[in-house]
Amino acid sequence: MGIYSDIARNSFWKQNPILGQVLGLCPTLAITTTFINSFSLGLATTLVMAMSNFAVSALRAFIPFEVRIPIFILIIAALVTVVDLAMNAWLHDLYLVLGIFIPLIVTNCIVLARVEAYAAKNPVAASTWDGAMMGLGLTAVLSVLGLVREFLGQGTLLSGIEMIVNGARAIQVLPDDYPGFMIAILPPGAFFIVGLLIASKNWLDARANERARARLVAHAPA
Amino acid sequence: MQANSPFFRRNVSIQGVMLKVLAALLPAIAVYVWFFGTAILIQIALTSIAALAGEALILSLRDKPVAIFLSDGSALVTAWLIALTFPPIAPWWLTVTATLIAIIVVKHLYGGLGQNPFNPAMVAFCLMIVAYPQMMSQWPAVGFTDFAAQVAAIFGERHIDALVMATPLDALRTGLHTPEAHATVAGIFGAGASFGNIGGKGWEWIAGGYLLGGLWLMQQRVISWRQPVAFLGTLMLIAGIASLAAPDRFAGPLFHALTGGAMLGAFFITTDPITGATTPRGKLIFAAGVAALVWIIRTFGAYPDGIAFATLLMNICVPLIDMATQPPVFGHKED
Repeated sequence: MGIYSDIARNSFWKQNPILGQVLGLCPTLAITTTFINSFSLGLATTLVMAMSNFAVSALRAFIPFEVRIPIFILIIAALVTVVDLAMNAWLHDLYLVLGIFIPLIVTNCIVLARVEAYAAKNPVAASTWDGAMMGLGLTAVLSVLGLVREFLGQGTLLSGIEMIVNGARAIQVLPDDYPGFMIAILPPGAFFIVGLLIASKNWLDARANERARARLVAHAPA
Repeated sequence: MQANSPFFRRNVSIQGVMLKVLAALLPAIAVYVWFFGTAILIQIALTSIAALAGEALILSLRDKPVAIFLSDGSALVTAWLIALTFPPIAPWWLTVTATLIAIIVVKHLYGGLGQNPFNPAMVAFCLMIVAYPQMMSQWPAVGFTDFAAQVAAIFGERHIDALVMATPLDALRTGLHTPEAHATVAGIFGAGASFGNIGGKGWEWIAGGYLLGGLWLMQQRVISWRQPVAFLGTLMLIAGIASLAAPDRFAGPLFHALTGGAMLGAFFITTDPITGATTPRGKLIFAAGVAALVWIIRTFGAYPDGIAFATLLMNICVPLIDMATQPPVFGHKED
């Protein structure tokens, strides 16, 4: 089981698509204005990543090396179309809000990057797990980003929840006359918050390293 | 008097420089109070307290000696610049938030004094004008100095329609550069109550205060002559050419130099030793670039004034300017 927890740690945290690799910034900045939007797009991307890693890994013996990129893209595009149609059918309101960013998952470089870097060279189970963990890492960051931006920008939590759960309502956390910090909703605010999140990850990693080193020194033979 | 070697240099302390900058702002603040009332003093107090508190907090988080850095006065300069560039009747939380962002995010998260690539006060202004465009363009009318109403505007319920007036730059832009406009510069000047002799009513005298303080700073060798001369020269040159070519459509050079934040920008913002260019030729290019952008933003842009955006855009160019204008090492030929 060691390999799976290694993959999970590596894909979810160490090589986190946004905080570690800083990939796929376009949807990250554009769609994370509310928690619901971010979380749903994150989950849709996770689904696509797990399925495309699964498909490519299963087919990797039959894909000629020279034309692998177009074939990968075709596979990803087919899977994205499936997700796109499914959301259109069952989550229509949300589908309208996310709009072009669902089809654009095809062009999200993190999907192709994992297919090319991992799924094309590794067995099926590990590849699927890697895609899922990468996707969940992305979803986690997008969700935090959406949560912070929505809270600062309009003072609510879970705005748009009614698109997913019938009858549910957003929670107004800050008073009704909260003027709304527009910049958090606009792309510059997203850049600032992504920067702060990356800084926090680096800080946590640095602190963990520091502690590991201290432990090593403490247990070193005199 | 003939001076002989050895030539001693007096070390300039940061504190000394910053205190002189603060002192140089005093004449303009005095004029400000005369025309627009004491609201500006409340704002200066608010931003100063916020800046010192924010600076102390972030310094202790960064394990830096709080007392030494806090007493260098740089946070106060940022605070005063924010107070002077924001509308004096802006609500208190607006200026306090802006100051905290300037000190904690723009100054210290980028490395602290001497490391920040962007002018903190200008970033604060840009953030707030993007976030709250309406509150950031409510400027009081001249002569409206009622203390109680100003305090109410800052701390309480805002009923300020009676106090607010379009600034000269606003009046010019909406009069001249909106599609359905047929007015001329002279016509707008005659009609607008906010216009004085040359620039904005009251504002032209505040600009005079900045000029006075700036010249004193120059005489004290705190700032170089290069940025103010290049800034005002470029701004007036472009405005002069434009207004000669189409006097009905473009305001004249003196108007531009004495309106909005031009004088403040010339002497107190482009001369920032941290975020501006450092080479002699670089200083000229930097300030001239800011001035050109200011004229463009004022004339064709959508925001009341362009100093803040222009400064940030040129801040980005500073490393390039400095690299391209390195003076030759002594003894080498310039090639």
